[in-house]
Amino acid sequence: MYEIRIHSRGGQGGVTAAKLLALAAFRDGKHATACPFYGAERRGAPVVSFVRIDDQPIKVYSQIHEPDLVIVLDTSIMDVVDVLQGLKDGGTVFLNSAHALEECNGTCCRHVDLTGIALAQDLVVAGSPILNTPVLGALAKMGIVTLPSVEQAIQEMFADERNVKAAKAAYEELKV
Amino acid sequence: MLTIATGNKAVAAAVKAARPGVIAAYPITPQTEIVEQIADYVTDGDLESRYIPVESEHSAMAACIGASAGGVRTFTATSSHGLLYMHEMVHWAAGARLPIVMANVNRALGPGWNTWAEHTDAFSQRDTGWLQVFVGTVQEAYDATLMAFKIAENERVLLPVMVNQDGFALSHIMQSLETVEIGDFLPPFHLPHAIDTENPCGYGPMTGPADYFRFRWDIERSMRDARGVIADVEREFAERFGRTYGPTEDYRCEDADVVVVAVGTLGKEAEMAIDRLRDEGVKAGSMRLRWFRPFPDLDLSGRDVVVIDRDYSFGFGGVVAHSIRSKTGIEPYSVIAGLGGQEVTYNDIADFVRNRRPGEETWFGVSDHV
Amino acid sequence: MSGNRIAKLSLQLMTIIEERSVNNLSAIPKEEYLYKCTSACAGCSSSLCLRYVLKAAGPDSVLVVPACCTSVIQGMYPGTAMNVPVYNIAFAAAAACASGMSDAFATLGRETNVIVYAGDGGTVDIGIQALSGAFERGTNFLYICYDNEAYGNTGMQRSGSTPLGARTTTTPGGKPTAKKDLDRIVEAHNPPYMATACSAYPLDLYKKVKKALSIEGPKFIHILAPCPPGWRYPTEKTVEMGKLAVKTAQWILYEREFGKLTINGPSKAAMKKPAPLEDYIKSQGRFKNLSPEIFDLMRQQVEQNIQRLSREEAGVC
Repeated sequence: MYEIRIHSRGGQGGVTAAKLLALAAFRDGKHATACPFYGAERRGAPVVSFVRIDDQPIKVYSQIHEPDLVIVLDTSIMDVVDVLQGLKDGGTVFLNSAHALEECNGTCCRHVDLTGIALAQDLVVAGSPILNTPVLGALAKMGIVTLPSVEQAIQEMFADERNVKAAKAAYEELKV
Repeated sequence: MLTIATGNKAVAAAVKAARPGVIAAYPITPQTEIVEQIADYVTDGDLESRYIPVESEHSAMAACIGASAGGVRTFTATSSHGLLYMHEMVHWAAGARLPIVMANVNRALGPGWNTWAEHTDAFSQRDTGWLQVFVGTVQEAYDATLMAFKIAENERVLLPVMVNQDGFALSHIMQSLETVEIGDFLPPFHLPHAIDTENPCGYGPMTGPADYFRFRWDIERSMRDARGVIADVEREFAERFGRTYGPTEDYRCEDADVVVVAVGTLGKEAEMAIDRLRDEGVKAGSMRLRWFRPFPDLDLSGRDVVVIDRDYSFGFGGVVAHSIRSKTGIEPYSVIAGLGGQEVTYNDIADFVRNRRPGEETWFGVSDHV
Repeated sequence: MSGNRIAKLSLQLMTIIEERSVNNLSAIPKEEYLYKCTSACAGCSSSLCLRYVLKAAGPDSVLVVPACCTSVIQGMYPGTAMNVPVYNIAFAAAAACASGMSDAFATLGRETNVIVYAGDGGTVDIGIQALSGAFERGTNFLYICYDNEAYGNTGMQRSGSTPLGARTTTTPGGKPTAKKDLDRIVEAHNPPYMATACSAYPLDLYKKVKKALSIEGPKFIHILAPCPPGWRYPTEKTVEMGKLAVKTAQWILYEREFGKLTINGPSKAAMKKPAPLEDYIKSQGRFKNLSPEIFDLMRQQVEQNIQRLSREEAGVC
């Protein structure tokens, strides 16, 4: 079972990213669950969402305490939340950033400027760049889901083709 | 069709397939998604129901009562305080013998405000005459909702059915969902005592003790008959759609020395704990209680029983633990856990089994550290 | 809205037909829907009203009844004094229950009248939320509040509709606050039809029920229903008590159709020259030992109501 924890702020699309990722994994023929951890719904507050992907049906409903992958959609959260907490040895962290982490301490760290990609595609809703579709492209490059399933998942949930373009741009941009 | 959906969306999809004539509901976290999805279906013309956006849950159930008595299939959804606010009408619906189906998204009760999972809301309705089923997966939320209409509307039952799922823990998580073409699985709605102006009757007038007493007995008789009807409907569902359900979902229980009994998502999480324990050589099994009313007959003799209650009856104990004690005579190890959405993992559940003390009660994370 | 226009046209037509055909009590149908086996109190004006409501509504009607005197009036299981279906429902739930029933009938293509027949307690107090919700949603039904100004079937406790100064079992010294103005609350929902009526004027009530049921949407009729045991007057004076209420302009008969107010028959004269309020007050035991100050406040309230409704009818608001 591959376990992913997504850190974002309310309104940035972390919950939708989790749902999209689960849907893409599902379209890959895997079992997947997406569980946002809900508190009071407040725009701008730090939120976490969880995704589990497995070849077997998933029976776990509790939160993910030892993720294989941590995704950070807003690096300003790292000032207030220890995003690396519980990350498995040999785990991966992905940042929405033009820069890698300064100190990776042996953790595999990947990064793409998703905000820049969203702005380049003019993917902005209510003043916020859309991050949940480009991040799927990056995850496809990391081999967590396939790119065709990402495209299909995005098309199932969003009509706007720019979302697929943004995902492909992130796919191209991520260095592995 | 195969897709992924939340527990809430699964309920809405089942309601769409069942095509009620009237849906009356009031939004409340974490049930709101059901109401919103149904409003979308109705607005988009995907569901030809009348959706009554009532001003309270009390009115939601009252409107369902009026509509069901008027002769149409009826659905509502609620949670927590909403369920308690309609409590009077919950009793009324059963007493009036109306096959209303209600989704209840289990949530804790204030104060303080807490929108996470707990079963006290549903268990507080246990004496109302409603059938109650608790689901553990998104697929089951869909399947149980469809079956609920068929069970409720059976003339041997004619009692309302509450389909419970854990708030957020199931209502908001996405899992795979296979929707079905229901065909004639659900026959057209027929209520033998629907209002008929050609044959005017008084419904629920002043009633003396002798008649009233007989009406109560009729409810219990139907509740007893419901066991067989539930089994028939679940069997037919399995034949048609390939998914099998029963009064409990038993996991590796056959040769088990110790059985974990839990309700809802904790009952599924327990299966993970059982696998861990089996790896350690502990002969453990789990039993997820699905039907709470009518309460099933359970075969637990000769085993240690660990009951996880996501509820509490103050001054008495865990509702499930005490139900099992009174039904089986077994003194279980009663673990109170998960209230108000308290995090309980499969590792914790495995610990409950390892550290079990039959006949005692523990409040997880509180009294077990004393 | 073509539906509204059709409703208005049929309303005008109805009115013409009604005025020509039903201008005396002998024109009211002979069919009875409330039988003599009713268990109402002697001199009960609420059951009298119910009789005329059902004559106007006819057999394809359902009565939705919350806890109130009509829970008793209809008789005890397995008997019934009613020749239409009566759906009994919990105290606060009548309007909501009727909402569901009305939509169920619409779904089934049935044109059955859904009529709530509720007391004042179930309307102005515990049931007002459901009433407000049903009216805001535009529910197609007729809500009738028969108002005996207290909780009657539990032995006369005060309700929000109990008038200033009236003694009840829970206001033994007289009610210190005024009667809740239910009609202005209902009016705030802008229903297509609302009216007041009084048990002493059955023809007026009959016509109003007929008219209300010809209109689509939420309709409201508020009936003043004097109560001999509750108001403490001799049973044979029930009709007289209603007439006094109207003649003193303590109770004003009117209807408001699509927002337009019309003062009806006897109230026109009463508003110009009301009979002395003392005649009404002194004939009821519930107002015994009323202080002159309270009486003065009551008279002022009557005067204010007259002025407000006169201004509205004249279009001076």
